[in-house]
Parts: sequence; structure tokens; C-alpha cells
Amino acid sequence: MVAACSVELDASGGRRGGRNVKATGLRLILQTAVLAVAFSATGHAADSGVPVRQGGLEAKLEYCKTCHGLSGQGYLGYFPMPRLAGQQPEYIEAQLRAFIERRRTNPIMFNVAHVLSPSMLTALATHFRGLNPKPFGGAPRGSLAEGKKIFEEGLPEANVPACSACHGTEGKGQNEIPRLAGQVYAYTVGQLKGWKTERGQGSAVDTSAIMAPTAHNMTRSQIEAVAAYVSYLQ
Amino acid sequence: MKRIGLKMAIMAILASSAPSWAGESAAVRNCTWCHGTGAQGYTVAPRLAGQRPQYIMSQIRSFREHARDNPFSKQYMWNAVAALDSQTARDLANYFAAIPPKGANDGDSTLASRGRTIYLDGIPEANIVSCYACHGPNAEGVRDIPRLGGLAYFYLKGRLEQWGQGYHSGTESPMPMVASHLGPNEIEALASYLSFVK
Repeated sequence: MVAACSVELDASGGRRGGRNVKATGLRLILQTAVLAVAFSATGHAADSGVPVRQGGLEAKLEYCKTCHGLSGQGYLGYFPMPRLAGQQPEYIEAQLRAFIERRRTNPIMFNVAHVLSPSMLTALATHFRGLNPKPFGGAPRGSLAEGKKIFEEGLPEANVPACSACHGTEGKGQNEIPRLAGQVYAYTVGQLKGWKTERGQGSAVDTSAIMAPTAHNMTRSQIEAVAAYVSYLQ
Repeated sequence: MKRIGLKMAIMAILASSAPSWAGESAAVRNCTWCHGTGAQGYTVAPRLAGQRPQYIMSQIRSFREHARDNPFSKQYMWNAVAALDSQTARDLANYFAAIPPKGANDGDSTLASRGRTIYLDGIPEANIVSCYACHGPNAEGVRDIPRLGGLAYFYLKGRLEQWGQGYHSGTESPMPMVASHLGPNEIEALASYLSFVK
């Protein structure tokens, strides 16, 4: 965390010649130290066994980024954690609510989401839109041409519409339709292959229901091709 | 001929029992000095047996680059791997990964249940993540995320404390951020639970 703060300060520090350099350097160190103290003031869980309610958007954001990547670019843990950076806020909010109401089955995300207040939900969703790290990368490159074709033209004979029709020509999404550009390959594959088991559970149906027949009509290799293609979109 | 035959017989007997010092290369013995015969760990040096090979390699890299700087790493590991070329590092990582691990089982068993809950669910109200999300349901790890199951209580406790004290890992690791939120009770519970995981 301290290293990340230093990078941000360096960018604004600028160059100064001569005898001002030493003063600037000292101020930089002090600023870094103050920030380090401020960040560490998020504190520890209470040791009596009663968890302290961690206030503050900053603390919660750091918490999300622990799993979703330090810049929101996603992470490959035991499970793939999706990219949140640049994601449509309406989509993130809708998914957090889906986790809480168990319309989307994920015990880890339920745990994490059900303690969030509605205003915190909105604030988190809005924050990630502004992040723009490079894609996580790592997807196989063998079927990118096929993936591009499916993304742009769909699979008419299989009743699969072009992804770009809803998700945008650059895969950036709109309103509650999610951004796909730069999404973690293993995550996209898992979602499309496992749509029935994880999404659209319970009696309430959400706006992602359109994806159920779409995912169902795609073969494994088509899913992998399009997932690899979008994973490289910037 | 008879003397050669006898020597071969002795070597065969020694080589067939595991772990075998007669069959180990010099590179391996340089590790098992501290990490224990059979690489099962010894005092402060953690078990290497059964560890994720990519994790072992990433730690060797972090020692060489002086990124991992907790006191024992700085004192011992920085020098221990300084002369290690990448091929030997890979061979060692694969060698240790293939050895069946033995569990330490040396935590506080009364804390294990609480540790298990923290491991699986985290403590969202306190911004503590679920360890399970990265380290797997049985703390087995994957790719360069380490296996934690069966590591020694004092090693796990020490590492979790060190990150809270500001010691570093490689640049990609979220662990300093993760561990900085843990209080002493949570650390002891987690370390205890994990020492018992098979």
C-alpha cells in the first residue's frame, strides 16, 4: 500500500533544480509517512472476538481490491475473481444485490455483500468505474479470430445474438449491461459454462435472464474463444 | 567385483529408504540442513514438502530480489539462494513439491474451530477476507498461492504478524494488506486451525 501511495505522489512531485530538491524530497517523505499512518489507521479487528465495524469507503475499497486485484483488474485465486475496473456501476450494484438476495449463488460474495449499507453499495459501484488498468491477460491466443467473429456477428444458426449488439462494439457495456472488455478469461468461461447453476436462482428473475439461453446455446469451444477475445479488449 | 557389489548393495539399501541422504543432491542437502530431512520443516524453517512449486520459485525470486524481508528471510534465505540459478531453483521446487507433506498439528486445538470459520468466511464486518477464496477449501493453494494446510503454528503466526508489522512480500502479493487487519486472537485461531489441516 505504501509503495502504491509513493507512486501517486511521485507523479505529482515534479522536478525542481538545485537547493529546492532537498526540501521537496523531505516533504515527499513526510507526505508518504502521513498517508502511511492514515491508511494503517483502518485498524485491526477487536481482539475480544467482537468485530469492529470498519467505517469508511477507503477501508471497504481496499477490502474489495484484496481479492479483485489491487487496481480492480481481477485476480486468479482458487477461484477467478472478476475485473471490476471500468465496470458499469448499475451492473455492479445489481450483482451485489443479487448476491445478497441469493439470486446469484456465491457464499463468499454473499458474506461480503450482506454487510454493506445501500449507500456503501452505490459508492463502491461508482468508484470502480473510474479505474482503468491493463487487462489481466493470460488467455490462450489460439482462437482469437473465431472469438472476434462470434463477438461481432453472433452464431445465427445457434440463436446466439452478437455480443456487441448489447455489450457494445468495444465490449464496454451500457447501463446495467456489463463491460466485458479486459474481463478475466477464466471468470468469463466459468460464468458462461456455469450460468444455470450460479445465476438466476430463486423465484425472482433479474435482467441478466437474457444470458441464460445465450450461454446454453454456445459450445465449450465457442465460449472459450469469445472469452479469450474479450479478455484482451482494452 | 565382490567389493563393488557390496557397495552397490549398500547404496541400494540406503537409496530405497525415504528420505535418503545418500540419494540427495548437494543442492537438496543445502536446503534440508535447515528445512529438515524430508523437507518437513524444522524449528523456524517452514515445511517445503508438498508446497506449490510455483510458490517455492516465487519465494526464491523474492529472496534474490530482497523483496521478502522478514528477519529470518533476510538473515538466512537471502544468502541461501543467492547463487541459485533458475534451472536449479525449478528442479528444487519440483523436487520438494513431490514429497508427501506431513502435518504439523501443533496449534491450539481449542482455537481451531474459530480459525476454520475465519478461514472460510473471513470477517466481512472487519474487512477480513475469506482465505478460502485464494488458498482453496482445504488450504491446498494453487499455482503460486501457497499450501497452508499442515504448516507449523509458529511459522504461520509469525508470517501473519510480520505483515501486520510492515514486512514485505513480492510486489504481487495481497498478503500485507490482508494480514494488516488481523488482530492477535484471529491470528492465533487461523494459525492453529491451519496447522491441523491435512
